[in-house]
Amino acid sequence: MRRFLLIAATALALSGSARAVTPDEQLPDPKLEARARALSQELRCLVCQNQSIDDSAAPLAHDLRVILRERIAAGDTDKQAVDYLVRRYGDFVLLRPPFQADTWALWLGPVAVLLLGGAGVALYMRGRSRTAESPLTAADEAAAAQLMMRDEGD
Amino acid sequence: MRRLLALLPVAAFVIVLVGFMVGLRRDPSILPSMLIGKPLPAFTLAPLRANEAGLASVDLAGQPVLLNVFASWCGPCKEEHPTLLRLKAEGVPIVGLDWKEDAADGARWLDANGDPYLRAGNDRTGRAGIDLGVSGVPETFVVDRRGRVRYRQVGAITPQIWAETIEPLMARLKAES
Repeated sequence: MRRFLLIAATALALSGSARAVTPDEQLPDPKLEARARALSQELRCLVCQNQSIDDSAAPLAHDLRVILRERIAAGDTDKQAVDYLVRRYGDFVLLRPPFQADTWALWLGPVAVLLLGGAGVALYMRGRSRTAESPLTAADEAAAAQLMMRDEGD
Repeated sequence: MRRLLALLPVAAFVIVLVGFMVGLRRDPSILPSMLIGKPLPAFTLAPLRANEAGLASVDLAGQPVLLNVFASWCGPCKEEHPTLLRLKAEGVPIVGLDWKEDAADGARWLDANGDPYLRAGNDRTGRAGIDLGVSGVPETFVVDRRGRVRYRQVGAITPQIWAETIEPLMARLKAES
């Protein structure tokens, strides 16, 4: 049992780091490699479009990871390295779309819907509480008093 | 005012409906090219066979041409090939970019299936293709006489795509000075 747990724990620990990146792609400088790694997790694989190039085992993703590392090793900033790929593949390679004129609806849409919905709910609630606050008529009071009496009688 | 407010959900529904009707009919795998209207990125590629000329980006100036990206390992390329051979027979200038494989494999493939290209180059590393924004094969770029990319076809050129889209475009480009 203990051995099984050990194996399971090891497998679990290893699975976290099991990615498509192969050792021969990695940069010798761990600092640069960490930067490349972080950037590649934000870049879309053009072949399997819902994976990052960091996750994808597609040959093109491998090529793009290598290019990204070349740019970084050559002294590019993060932005320059990413822009290099955006010039070739467009904003589509960015898994996190940039905030610009053609993506305003994407970024602001949910907030707008939430605000509109909130305003609607607020209006509705105000309408409700106003009717609830209207005072009881004499007949209502009498009926209520009668109900109370009956309760006490039990 | 109240009545207008009541219509608001209906209006919102219509907007969302139209959004979905347009959005869901698009094929998200077909991406716009970043190169449309821009000059072809520079490349110089080795030939597929030792005694041939290879392919450089400057070779594409002078007349409208098709730049076809292919590979022997690519299934849809085989499907597209008869169309390319037919276009060659009709006198359409096509040049080939053999993507991500050994030149010998590309040459063998052309020997076996026919060679529709005026000239072809081998892109062993895939870098020329990546500069073009190629995400898979086959892809075809329509390049005008000044060496600018005017259209990108993702996937095989079918006879229908040729007749409806690319042939009219080529005719327009030929008329351009």
